[in-house]
Amino acid sequence: MREKEIDKLKEYKYGFTTDIENVKSPKGLSVDTIKYISKAKNEPEWMLEWRLKAYERLKQIKEPNWQKPKYPKINYQDLYYYSAPKSSQSKPKNLEDLDPKILDTYKKLGIPLDEQKRLNGIAVDAVFDSVSVATTFKDKLNEAGVIFCSISEAIQKHPELVRKYIGSVIPITDHYFATLNSAVFTDGSFVYVPEGVKCPMELSTYFRINASQTGQFERTLIIADKNSYVSYLEGCTAPMRDENQLHAANVELVALEGAEIKYSTVQNWYPGDENGKGGIYNFVTKRGLCKGDHSKISWTQVETGSAITWKYPSCILKGDNSVGEFYSIAITNNHQKADTGTKMIHIGKNTKSKIISKGISAGFADNTYRGLVDIFPKAKNAQNFTQCDSLLMGNKCGAHTIPYIKNRNSDSNIAHEATTSKISEDQLFYCQQRGLNSEEAVSLIVNGFCKEVLQQLPMEFAVEAQKLVGISLEGSVG
Amino acid sequence: MSNIKKIFIDKKISKSELENKNNYFEIFKKKGFPNKKLEDWKFLDLNYEINNQIPNLNFVIKKSKINKNQILENIPINIKEFNYVLNINGFVEEINFSHEDKSFINIETNPDKKNKIISNALENLNLAFNLDYLCINIKQDYKVKKPLLILNVIIENIKSSNINKKFDIFLEKNAEISVLNLVQNNSKNNFFNLHQRFILNQSSILKNYFVDINKNQNLNYIKTDIEIEKNSISENVVISKNSDYCKNEIVCNLLDQFSSAFINGIIDLDNSQKHEIRTRINHLAENTKSYQLIKCVLNNQSKAVYQGKIYVDSKAQKTDGYQSSKAILLNENTEFNGKPELEIYADDVKCSHGSSSGNLDENKIFYLMTRGLNKNEAKKLLIDGYLMEVIDKITDERIKAIIKEIIKI
Repeated sequence: MREKEIDKLKEYKYGFTTDIENVKSPKGLSVDTIKYISKAKNEPEWMLEWRLKAYERLKQIKEPNWQKPKYPKINYQDLYYYSAPKSSQSKPKNLEDLDPKILDTYKKLGIPLDEQKRLNGIAVDAVFDSVSVATTFKDKLNEAGVIFCSISEAIQKHPELVRKYIGSVIPITDHYFATLNSAVFTDGSFVYVPEGVKCPMELSTYFRINASQTGQFERTLIIADKNSYVSYLEGCTAPMRDENQLHAANVELVALEGAEIKYSTVQNWYPGDENGKGGIYNFVTKRGLCKGDHSKISWTQVETGSAITWKYPSCILKGDNSVGEFYSIAITNNHQKADTGTKMIHIGKNTKSKIISKGISAGFADNTYRGLVDIFPKAKNAQNFTQCDSLLMGNKCGAHTIPYIKNRNSDSNIAHEATTSKISEDQLFYCQQRGLNSEEAVSLIVNGFCKEVLQQLPMEFAVEAQKLVGISLEGSVG
Repeated sequence: MSNIKKIFIDKKISKSELENKNNYFEIFKKKGFPNKKLEDWKFLDLNYEINNQIPNLNFVIKKSKINKNQILENIPINIKEFNYVLNINGFVEEINFSHEDKSFINIETNPDKKNKIISNALENLNLAFNLDYLCINIKQDYKVKKPLLILNVIIENIKSSNINKKFDIFLEKNAEISVLNLVQNNSKNNFFNLHQRFILNQSSILKNYFVDINKNQNLNYIKTDIEIEKNSISENVVISKNSDYCKNEIVCNLLDQFSSAFINGIIDLDNSQKHEIRTRINHLAENTKSYQLIKCVLNNQSKAVYQGKIYVDSKAQKTDGYQSSKAILLNENTEFNGKPELEIYADDVKCSHGSSSGNLDENKIFYLMTRGLNKNEAKKLLIDGYLMEVIDKITDERIKAIIKEIIKI
């Protein structure tokens, strides 16, 4: 019996729960819950009003149901919307004050939070369940004038910035899950890079879903002022749970004139067991606004986890000469389902966008690319290039491509390509002949297939992502 | 029931048939014309167009006096050279297979007796009101010598604002036929709803083409269902050019090994025309092949839509599927919407699609102008060349000549 349990734990490397007392809000979605969250976070009046407005709107709209992966109905009244580690009610001043168990959790994940890993040069704003636990590298960032803190802290300290930009890209009148997030979001990261500053290091945050039955409602807001640059990494892991957990985050990026934002994600949440039981629902809204001329937003994502991934990181190219990029790898195995892609909305003149999407499907999984390229009548000389490739392993899985192309300008150019293929016997044979076993061979070939996207990741992530690609496909061949 | 009886003023139909038709009409009434809330209709809303263009929709079916010879004179083709079916205002006027051995061709006019349940609203409308249903059966090993022209003429002052036509063609083993569907619609603000079905048995060949003869201000909906058995080939070319609103929907089922389907199309629009081609190819068996090429040219405020879907079943290994859509936008107010979709459940397949849209290459125009053409001539030459790629896919030379004559390339 015990051996069985150990085996189970082995299957998901990050499947452990930290035993910490949690403070939870009352169960269910109501005005009281929202007031509780707002009060717990000591928010100003305007924030609460904003949340309540979103909640009013939420009551009027319905959950969307057009997506490919269907899921059992979520009982929103059965969820806890706020859970915070108890010890953080008296906020720790530095790392030493932290609950050692939390530190231990991060150690298992290999997050560079402590001294030795500081050499990696990453400032981490780790989100443990819903409250941001510690922020490192504050001083160096302060020197450059970069604000990098949790969003609740930003609401207290920089209300004018938050008030100006929150909801400017994802309004409270958006779709169901985005509006839900607006009403009940608990924490997340806030980044402001002032004019002309190149952020001296890669910013990074790790999300973990810990307490059972809590939906994780993160809200991230990144603002890059004129001619600034910032690269932001987001990594996600969640411990093993049998019940499905909801993750509905909102990420808003605003790039002003000449600014560049690079946003990279490696998502490795619990995908459910081999029979499709459990796993995370990853329903995330990510949207970037190229507000000023010559601005650039680049999304890179490696999606290997979650039972259902349903997200479309998008770019609104409003400024003239702005650039949007989307690089994605989505790997689904066993009973995982992914419906992901991007939207590129060309509004300004001479806007450019590039989409590279690689989908890999194994086992009983379904992998869908769904994207929109929309060129407005005034977007003269807009250019788009889209490439989506799918790789299938076995005949029980599916790969789908659903691109929407909308061209309303005669001076623009759109090119779209898609292919579907499998790993050929020749390639496998060749690798095996050189001494690799079949799994290593598959991992090598898949890594080659994804190379264009992996290259886009910052160094720290690229190595981890390559390993993840191999791990996610274990047991899918032979 | 009395309601529907009034519609069929001149037609003698049995009570049971009327009942069937009434059922279909009831379903249609419940669903109404498809609108943009439906995914398949989100780009071109038929309900909106009908409300706009045909505010007084009526289904009255009444034979009016016609001058057949005069009608034939107005058609730019000498139809006597071919086999033909002449439909005027939806009624079959003449069927002529004078070039063929009649013992190999069987024509039935009885309607489909089975009462099926169909969800598509327009199919229900068609089943309720279609006139003179035809079923043409080509016997085993017979290759129809001359192309079959199906001429749909609608006269200028027709009372009804909705004509529904339906026909089926069955090809037995080893049979072969070329079909050209022609529409000459002289009326205004009419909705023409055509449903055609082709069943291809083993090793048979179907060549099916569609073209509008004259510029007109009508709405067309053409639904084509093709069932393709082992070793059979189906070739389709749609020329979508002349009516105000046109939606061509082609569904191909590749049911057995080594069957193949080809769909090629041109959408060439001007003014405020709105046209759509929607295709769905279902690869349901091993070693099947499909190929699609759609080319659009858009001018003024026109709008073109291409929705194509390749579905590959998990049984359909070794599928070869290709889909390509291209659009040239000549004007700032034009709009092209594309949705080239792949849905794949088998791993050993070769499936790809490509889509591009943009303007004519300025360098090419410049090159031609240096050779002495003016700008408009240069543009026309480039566009004709671009569209010729689709015309060249027409393998029946006789039909190719007719189509070239009609669209003047």
